[in-house]
Amino acid sequence: MEALERMEHYRSLFRESYGAGALPAWFARLRESAIESFTQLGFPAPGSEDWKYTNVDPIAAVPFAHANGEGAALTGEIFASAFVDVACPRLAFVNGAYSERLSSLNGLPAGVRVASLRAALGSNDAALETYLGRAARYREQPFVALNSALMEDGAVVLVPEGCRLPAPVYLVFVSTAEAKPVQSQPRNLLVLGAGSEAKIVESYIGLGTGNYFTNAVTELFAAENAVIDHYRVQREGDRGFHVGALEAHLSNRCSFTAHAITLGGLLVRNDLRVVLDGEGCECVLNGLYLADGDRHVDNHTDIEHARPRTTSFELYKGILSGSARGVFNGKIIVHKDAQKTDARQTNKNLLLSDHAVANSKPQLEIYADDVKCSHGSTIGQLDGDALFYLRSRGLAPDDARSLLSYAFASDVVNRVKIPALRERLDDYLLSRFRRK
Amino acid sequence: MLEIKNLRVKVGEREILRGIDLNVGAGEVHAIMGPNGSGKSTLAHVLAGRENYQVTGGEVRYDGKDLLAMSPEERARAGVFLAFQYPVEIPGVSTTYFLKAALNAVRKHRGLEELDAMEFLTLIKEKIKLVEMDQVLINRPLNEGFSGGEKKRNEILQMAVLDPRLAILDETDSGLDIDALRIVAGGVNALRRADRSMVVITHYQRLLNYIVPDFIHVLFDGRIVKSGAKELALELESKGYDWLKSPAAALS
Repeated sequence: MEALERMEHYRSLFRESYGAGALPAWFARLRESAIESFTQLGFPAPGSEDWKYTNVDPIAAVPFAHANGEGAALTGEIFASAFVDVACPRLAFVNGAYSERLSSLNGLPAGVRVASLRAALGSNDAALETYLGRAARYREQPFVALNSALMEDGAVVLVPEGCRLPAPVYLVFVSTAEAKPVQSQPRNLLVLGAGSEAKIVESYIGLGTGNYFTNAVTELFAAENAVIDHYRVQREGDRGFHVGALEAHLSNRCSFTAHAITLGGLLVRNDLRVVLDGEGCECVLNGLYLADGDRHVDNHTDIEHARPRTTSFELYKGILSGSARGVFNGKIIVHKDAQKTDARQTNKNLLLSDHAVANSKPQLEIYADDVKCSHGSTIGQLDGDALFYLRSRGLAPDDARSLLSYAFASDVVNRVKIPALRERLDDYLLSRFRRK
Repeated sequence: MLEIKNLRVKVGEREILRGIDLNVGAGEVHAIMGPNGSGKSTLAHVLAGRENYQVTGGEVRYDGKDLLAMSPEERARAGVFLAFQYPVEIPGVSTTYFLKAALNAVRKHRGLEELDAMEFLTLIKEKIKLVEMDQVLINRPLNEGFSGGEKKRNEILQMAVLDPRLAILDETDSGLDIDALRIVAGGVNALRRADRSMVVITHYQRLLNYIVPDFIHVLFDGRIVKSGAKELALELESKGYDWLKSPAAALS
């Protein structure tokens, strides 16, 4: 499709989605504003700084359509592949649409609201108007603009002040390829009250071998002293496209950990931005990306230290084989008043083949003068000494390589704080590396 | 068990081993001593199958087979074990996990059934007593954060589990204090058997007070210049290695 055609295609999708009069006025205005932005911005141009190594033409060129609900026949068996603990509360979505049948809301404490976006809009939850769209940068970021224009459904999690969620909440997004390539625009809103504690897992899984496009945006707002453990586990299909954005805004003394585990998808771009907008915040970003074949995975992170005495610790590790390409761009901005910031960033890439490529770029902008910032990045192969050691004990070369690759990846998975999730991911790593 | 004939080895442009002859019979413990740079580690690594070492002459027979034609893992499965001088750290891989994989690879080769997790756990609990190691350490990533002594004990533990027929100990005593030395030597001695041979490579005579060898060979400048019984160690202790440089010494 040519550029003009592409914009018209999405404008018509915009007009088709949602019935007239079904939307609260503020929500309709937000979507209107977003489609205008998207039309002006267009898809990111190749060579633009933020998209330097990631060409989105494969996504832009396909006239993705609304899903028809062909995935309605899915059963609970998908949850195992999606790393979901079925004993925990969950919201499930199929091709972007909420599925009550596959969801389960047992065991939530009183006062906690876990609902689909449609339901929350329908009952006019006050939090929505207050928070939705406040963090997402739809005026500058094309895919966020697209999501904000076409958003219809997604997960809303509102945790009141002082509330501690006893179990993790799973938000599962299943995509199934249909006859025509389909797109979904999940929009999630997570609001954590002061002193609350929550573990939230977003899990994206694709079934089937066709093309489809998931464009997900999550906004997270945390009030003072909240403790959040957030996960995004992505296992899209072999020919699925996934673009995801997470915007997190933290207040005083929040503790925020964001795990980003990318296991699938043909073309993937993750944007994660955390604004430490309160004193004493801590933020930990824990990322793993595995790509083989022709896959392309691009992780852009952006940590903004806006107030004094905040810390961030970032570890992203990638394993690239075949002709895959992994891109890491880690931005850290330390604002003028953010004295006593302590920020550490590490990106490690393991190349398992001659044709795999990794690009790694730290981007530090430091405007305060009493700070500690460090960054480090490595791109390399398996350690020859370690390989020899294992072989000298009897392991076949392939098994030694698998073991070392597994060990490299499990460094990140071992930091997962939900035991059931950690075990499932560990099992996944063991089987993925065993099949060479 | 092990027959080395006129072995010549180059590393890059330099010839390090200049014609080594050595015969190790079953159940025998041979010590190889020598100053730094004499080729001790080169010999150990060539026997284990490390790349970067170019064999330019001679042969090595293990149990009658051409050892140099075997890959490192084939040698291990055939019962050759090298206790490294500088054991590598492998983050993310616990000793138990990797040792179970290694043992099962060896057992499979020998036509034995593989051990399951429980069976292996029982086995390793038994073996760690030999090196007085805490179970906690072996569940941690391999050698990560281990002291020198703990690394060396871990090597001997692996030897105990893998049950080799030929063990090559490359400066197992380097970096050890007296207590660690005693434990490591104790472990090695407990593994001496009529059907197991050992080549103990060391710089200092001290280790040989604990692991008493049947034969001692002195490696100097890439050649074995002197061989003898265990008393040779004491002679070296008092005279040092310089003594060997004189032609007279080589002849005596």
